[in-house]
Amino acid sequence: MADIAAPNSAVATRGRNSLHKLVQRKSTVAFLMALPLILLITILVAYPAGYAVWLSMLNKSMTKFVGFGNFQFLFKRETFWEIVAQSCLFALTAVLFKAMIGFVVAHFVNNIPTKGQRKWRGMLLVPWVIPAAMSTLSWLWLFDPSYSAFNWIFAHIGLPKISWLGEAGWARFSVILVNVWAGAPFFLIMYLAALKSVPEQLYEAASIDGATWWQRIWYVTLPMMRNIIAITILFSTIVTFANFDIVRVLTSGGPLTATHVFATWAFKVGIESGDIPLGATVSLFMVPILAVAATFILRDISKRGSEV
Amino acid sequence: MVSRKVSRRRFVASTAALSTAAVAAPFVRGAYAAGKLSVGFWDHWVPNANGATETLIKEWGEKEKVEVQIDFITSQGNKLLLTTAAEGQAKSGHDILAQNTFLPARYAEVLVPMNDVMDDLIKENGKVNATVEYLGKVGGKWLGIPATVGSQIKGPCSRLDYMKQFAGLDIKAMYPAGEAPKADNWTFDTFLKAAEACHKGGHPFGIGLGTTSDNVDTIGAVFHAFGAVLVNEKGDIVLKNDQVRQALDFYKKLMAFLPPDVAAWDDASNNKFLVSGQASMIMNPPSAWAVAKRDAPQVAEQCWTHGFPAGPKGRYAPFLPFFWCTWSFSKNQSAAKSLLRHLSTRDSAEKMVNASGGYDLPSFEKFTTFKVWAEAEPPKGTLYHYPNPYNHQILSVAAAPAPHKIAEQIYNQGIQTQMAVRYFKGEPLEKTLDWASGEIEGFMRN
Repeated sequence: MADIAAPNSAVATRGRNSLHKLVQRKSTVAFLMALPLILLITILVAYPAGYAVWLSMLNKSMTKFVGFGNFQFLFKRETFWEIVAQSCLFALTAVLFKAMIGFVVAHFVNNIPTKGQRKWRGMLLVPWVIPAAMSTLSWLWLFDPSYSAFNWIFAHIGLPKISWLGEAGWARFSVILVNVWAGAPFFLIMYLAALKSVPEQLYEAASIDGATWWQRIWYVTLPMMRNIIAITILFSTIVTFANFDIVRVLTSGGPLTATHVFATWAFKVGIESGDIPLGATVSLFMVPILAVAATFILRDISKRGSEV
Repeated sequence: MVSRKVSRRRFVASTAALSTAAVAAPFVRGAYAAGKLSVGFWDHWVPNANGATETLIKEWGEKEKVEVQIDFITSQGNKLLLTTAAEGQAKSGHDILAQNTFLPARYAEVLVPMNDVMDDLIKENGKVNATVEYLGKVGGKWLGIPATVGSQIKGPCSRLDYMKQFAGLDIKAMYPAGEAPKADNWTFDTFLKAAEACHKGGHPFGIGLGTTSDNVDTIGAVFHAFGAVLVNEKGDIVLKNDQVRQALDFYKKLMAFLPPDVAAWDDASNNKFLVSGQASMIMNPPSAWAVAKRDAPQVAEQCWTHGFPAGPKGRYAPFLPFFWCTWSFSKNQSAAKSLLRHLSTRDSAEKMVNASGGYDLPSFEKFTTFKVWAEAEPPKGTLYHYPNPYNHQILSVAAAPAPHKIAEQIYNQGIQTQMAVRYFKGEPLEKTLDWASGEIEGFMRN
């Protein structure tokens, strides 16, 4: 009996030890602690994303697998390329202005004495913390085709009325403006945090060397903020390309299709017009492009991080 | 003791047979008939209008011993549309769900045929118009019961004072309360002249040209009145025809007299234009008038809902019906049908119409003469002609008679309004037609 039991207990002890070691490993603990989040992301992000990919490969009546047939179909549509151009114009212009405004205002706020800085930071963050659908409603009233508050002011100072949402050019300007208004505070707060982490000694050394304010920005501030600028722009570009609420509330993509972006067009085609696979295809169009951009930007950041 | 072993195959076959029998069985009231039923109805924007529907359902539930759960789902933010899409996709949800215009056709394969109920209702309540039949009956199968709640005609609602002052038209005399219309001269020519006169008078017509429902419905009726068809019933693109060209020419002339931003209008824009006192006419059900009654009584006192002007091929008005549909995966189909019969009686329909202040419009022929339309005020008789009591106009929907899957996309993407705006903005007519043809070709995929 003992002869039989001995090897078994040795195996059991070895098993217990290896399990004990596995549990004690930092990577295992980290994995277990991240597990709830991994599960959440799997359920709320990975599954819907995978399902969207699956939908985009079905025919209109969702009865047949068509591979990349929906993408091929879209590439032949004039309207789709208009949407691509508009989405790029919308996202790139909005991100550029958000970054510039965020950068400038972050410098202003950074120069305010610490005592009064908090209230300014709080006030400047307001556009970002209000749900976009709600704040865009207020903008809609300001731009309203018939009762624009801006036009009311223009009329009182003798300027001609502007058809803010009725003319393609002005409508594009309006949706970009609202996106910049709502998104610039995010850049502001990120840049402000980055500015605060730049060692004061670097500026002092630059001043001693006779650097102008522009040289201080170009040779000290920007290199020190490079990583945060890259991450912020990457994140904002992804979010802006996926924007739905601002365009939906303000113009619903109109006039004609002049302000449609990927998300609003996908909704129009997929939900309103009943072509869910094509809607899924429209919404997935930017994924590979953004994924490649994100890979390069993140690789650059991590390379610089390892150099430091 | 005799023991009998039940095989897995036999068990599955018996269960399936039992389930089929349970689903298909006629609804019989009795101790065992009590069950659950969930209904998702359109959330009315007329305050308290849901109350009548709720009372009727509760009455039926108590009588039939069925526990009913009622959800009123708003169409604001497309919530009802999203609910329908989600339930259709998940194959799970309400036993009865309100679906408007092209949705029953979209979900035809997962809806319970209602021919038995509709045959009885038509016998009892009279025929339904051709548009209801086009939208609700696909391949000989009724996909839902035309709902009273939410169904509407989007005809002209004119300002009596402005139309008389600027255009010299006595709308009340053309559409007298309690009498048949005397509107033979109410044609597109008269309409254009009136639009020009009212525009000159500083109170233009408020007709939108965006891509939302109100805008598309109006242009749809105008296209029908010119006989302008984009896609025929066989699914052929036939839009390069003189009727379409005439309809676009008409819109080009009309747009010169409309507010400059109409291309950006949504379904609320025309309502606001009327209530603010700026419009001489809008195309809308009486909701705008009802809001004016509450917020701008001086405007409401001058409003009169009436018929469309006639075009070369007839007098068409847009009709937008809701349908009450039952999913094929509903577990209580017989109870659902029983409830729908109850909601479709004359008495029930009248209660719902009354609760909506005359906004709701039953689709059945015998239900267009309820007192509420004759008595609504101010001014007295303002809604008398709203339900088209003399069949003075042909009720239509934009993009018909195209097959539903094509028509739905023409409708929802506002192809007709987009054509009108493109042409108005200077695009050559043939280029506009080529553009529309290309877009519609894209809708043909299966």
